[in-house]
Formats: sequence, structure tokens, C-alpha cells
Amino acid sequence: MAMGRYFKNLNFSIGLALSTMVVVMALVSLFWTPYSPNTMDAHHRIEAPSLAHPLGTDQYGRDQLSRVMVGAVNSIIVGLMTVAIGMGAGIVLGLTSAWGGRLADEAIMRFSDLLFGFPAVLSAILITAVMGPSAVNAMLAIGIFYIPVFARLTRASALTIKGLDYISAARAAGQEEVAIIRRHVLPNILSPLIIQATVQFAVAILAEAGLSYLGLGTQPPHPSWGRMLNEAQTFMELAPWMAVFPGMAIAWTVLGFNLLGDGLRDILDPRLR
Amino acid sequence: MNPAPLLEVTDLTKHYPVGSGFFSRPMGWVKAVNGVSFSIGRGESLGLVGESGCGKSTLARLVARLLRPTDGSIRFGGREIGALDRRAMRPLRKRMQIIFQDPYASLDPRMTVAASVTEPLLNGATLSKRERRSLAADMLATVGLRTSDLDRFPHEFSGGQRQRIGIARALCVRPELVIADEPVSALDVSIQAQILNLMKDLQQQFGLAYLFISHDISVVEHICNRIAVMYAGQLVETAGSEGFHWACRHPYTRALVAAVPQPDPQVILPPVPVEGEPPDPAALPPGCPYHPRCPHAFDPCPEQRPPLIEAGRHHQVACWLNGGKGVEQGLPLNWHGSG
Repeated sequence: MAMGRYFKNLNFSIGLALSTMVVVMALVSLFWTPYSPNTMDAHHRIEAPSLAHPLGTDQYGRDQLSRVMVGAVNSIIVGLMTVAIGMGAGIVLGLTSAWGGRLADEAIMRFSDLLFGFPAVLSAILITAVMGPSAVNAMLAIGIFYIPVFARLTRASALTIKGLDYISAARAAGQEEVAIIRRHVLPNILSPLIIQATVQFAVAILAEAGLSYLGLGTQPPHPSWGRMLNEAQTFMELAPWMAVFPGMAIAWTVLGFNLLGDGLRDILDPRLR
Repeated sequence: MNPAPLLEVTDLTKHYPVGSGFFSRPMGWVKAVNGVSFSIGRGESLGLVGESGCGKSTLARLVARLLRPTDGSIRFGGREIGALDRRAMRPLRKRMQIIFQDPYASLDPRMTVAASVTEPLLNGATLSKRERRSLAADMLATVGLRTSDLDRFPHEFSGGQRQRIGIARALCVRPELVIADEPVSALDVSIQAQILNLMKDLQQQFGLAYLFISHDISVVEHICNRIAVMYAGQLVETAGSEGFHWACRHPYTRALVAAVPQPDPQVILPPVPVEGEPPDPAALPPGCPYHPRCPHAFDPCPEQRPPLIEAGRHHQVACWLNGGKGVEQGLPLNWHGSG
């Protein structure tokens, strides 16, 4: 019924197409890749793209296409986990802030300011440096910095809903506050949160690639786009395909999810209808 | 001799602090409701009129206990509810429902009509989902909607239909008191009459008591037994709605009544001009709040607030004129000569 409105939006359509391709690629890689992504092949090191290896091979003779495919899984997991951490804790904190009275509000919002005050990437480096470099710690670090983003958005949206008559009406109907939040507030603030989630999903992929590039994220030999870029930089002049394809994958995915988020925002914003 | 009234409000007051920061004291107080007393018997309807900003919506929300009073007492069904917290209020909610002014804001846009109408039934009830649904269907039929509307969403309905949904929602728990906060002022005039007649019919059908709030005195006359007039957070007059036009005694009420257009061309009521603006509730004038605008104001008016006292049978007025009885009845409404 209303899906036509969605596809009329160019941002949404292109974004959906790009991100769907990434997801499909990741799903396929779970069952099949042209070569095993971690198997070395001394006879085919640093080969240019060919029919046998469409994206070429790296310095250990590993198939780049297989590694880019498996890297997509890694990126999607990072995106999902960081958004889950940030959104889960952010929604709880944001609602507590909006509903829990002035003291809770002040405490949570000042804590958010504190987190916002740090440059996110620098802080993520700090966290991974303290807790040790690993994919899980990188996700935690990024996720923690998403908490204030979602907490503020939740609080702002919940406060606009809080003043509406249907909340008073639910109270007059004898609903408990927790039930009011679950039945009336959450469903009505979901669309801005979903839009924010798609945007943060893209940012997380970029951030994880950055951390992995610095050696603080996914550890070798597991393929990660950021890690692949790191390894490729030594061979930039000799074998540019080693850097170009993982870089394209990152750009493609980030662009896809950003367009998806922009499109959703335009579609769901009632003022633009 | 009289049985205890269903609702008895005494010296009800709501003051809001102005300009208070996290660490600072408030700089002043907005006196939204200022010592209001009235009562409503079972099956009786009291109409509360007053202009925008006079505190009538605040009063409605205080009585419905959506707000906590600053001071005063609210007795409902013989029980003091002014200081109850949300949890303690919950069991009483089924006996008291509220209808809101804006039918576009009072229904959750993401809930079906069935979910909205049955929401008050969830409160402590043991009904199954099927029973709730059939009750909602009956209630929709009672307010003039179709049973097939149950699964539709609020945006599919017009303002008048939405207000019918709001009424069905309020009545499905069979309350004793319905607080209607300007239920028709957001609607077209032609729809207003339909909704008013529906509310009048339902009152008789279910034996409801209404606290009916409006800024339109003719609406209130149509639906209520008694009328209370509010000005700047205080009641200035209460009287029976029968013959209210001629019986009213407070200068402000007279001005309100004179502002109602008369359908009968034989009756010529010259309008009573009201000078100036209603007072700022953060800086109420001393004495009678109406005295800066009152053509009859004399010595005691700026000095002391007139008490609401008997001026006749079932008739109270708060005015210093004529020994506390207000303007004399039957005088032309544009009467200005107080000497």
C-alpha cells in the first residue's frame, strides 16, 4: 500500500539497493566463497585481477574476493552490535531521563555531555588500548560512544510525546507509567530512532575499519576491510587492487546505509509529506 | 438532608513556580487556580465557563488528578483524593473519566480504535480480550459509529468522529463522573450540535454526572443544570442554568451573556463592552480580580476579594455590589450607573 511512497524516494531506493547487495554478499559468504579466505597460496602472490581471482590476490596469495566477502560479515556484525549496544542502553537512559524526574534527567544528560566531550575515535583507541585490541573490544568501544547519541534522541522525542493528550488520556484510563511508555511512547518515537540507527550503522563500519586499520580492531588472519587496507598500504604502488577493492567495499556500504537513512528520514518526517 | 455530593471541591488551588532553575528559588507564582469551591451531585451536570487562560482546563486536570493540587481538597464519592498518588488513584479511575478538547491529540495515532476504546478497561479488570472487544463494539454503536470501525486508525476519521471515539472510550467503563474539557470547541459548529446532543442523551442513558468545561456560555446552558463562571482562576458566580440569562448578577457574567448572539430578532441586547485584557495569572490584581475591567467597581473592590456568597436560591455570586449580591437582576444588561 504505502510502499510506493518509499520507492519514489531516490535516496531510499539507491540506499536500499546498495545495502541489500552488501547483505546478500555477506549471507552468501557464510555458505560459499570462491576460495577459503585464509588459505595462502605461495604460487599466486600479489596477482592482478584475473578470471581466476576477480579482485586479485594479496601478499600471501589469498583470494581478495573471498576476503572482501567475509569482511562484509564482519562489518555487518560490527554495525549490528554497536547499534544494539548504543540503542539498547540509549533508549533506557533516554526514557529514564524524560520520565524519571529532574535529578535523573540532569545526571544522565550531564553524563552524555561528558561522553560527547571526548573525540569518539580517540576514546575508542583509548578503550581498545586499555582492554586489548580485539574485534569485540572495538565493538564495545564504538557502542559505548553511541549511547549518548541514542539517549539524547530518545529523550527529545519522548519529551514531545509526553506533553500530548493521549498520554494524559492513558493516565486517566488508569495505565501504569511503565505501560504508558511501552504502549504509547516507544511506538511513537521509533521512526527517528530507526533512521538514526541506519546512519550509526554506517558510521560504525567506518569506525571499525579505522580501528582495524590501526591494528586495534579485528586481528589477523580474520578478514576485515580496515585490516586489509592496512596490509595493502605497503604494496600500494606494486598492487593497488589490494587497497582499492576493500576501500570500495567500505565506501559502497557506508554510502548505501547513509542514503537509506536519509531516504527514511525524508519519508517518515511528517513535515515533508 | 441532602445526600453527600459525588464530587466536592473545596478551596482548590494550583500555583506554578516561575523561573526556577535547578538551584534557584522560583521568582514568582502563576496562580492558575485560586481557591475554587463547588460540588456536583450524582447525575448532575455543572458547566464551567470562562475565557481562555482563566484556569478552567487546569481545574479539569486537577479534578481528574492528572495534576497535583497545591492546596485545597477534592472529595470524590466521599473520599479525599487531592493528595493520592498515582498508584492509589488507579482504582478510582474507572469511576471518573475525562474527554479532551483536541480529538486529534487525545488518540494515539498508532493504536486502533479498539485498542484506544478498551484502554480504560485494562485497569484492574478481569475481562478477556474478546469481552473487551465486544464491549467496545457496543459502545461504538452507542455513540453512532460502526462496529467495523474497530480495526481502523484515528487518522481515518473526521474530528467529530474522533470525538465520538473519545466519548466511547470514556464511557466504556461506566464512570459516575465525566470531565469534559471543551469537548466541542475544536469542532465545526454543525458537528458541535451533534456531539452535544449525543452527550446529553448519554447523560440520561447512563446517569452520568458532568463537569462540562467550555468558553461558550450557550453550549453550557444547553447541556447543564448548573453553571459556574470562572475568571482569573476563581469562581465569580454559580447559578442554575434555567433563566441564567436574566438571573446572573456578576458584572463579568453579564458581559459574557450579552456576548451571546440572540436568535430572536425581537430581543435586542446591546453588547456590554469589556475593556482591557484578562489579568496575568502571575500578577493578579489585589481584591476582586475583575475590578480593573469592571464598570461598577467601587471602594471595596480593589481592597478585598469578595467571597462567593448566596445571592438567591441555588445562586452564589462573588461581588461587593448591593451588599454582596452583585448587579440587580432584570436591569438592562448595558446598565452602567452605579453612582
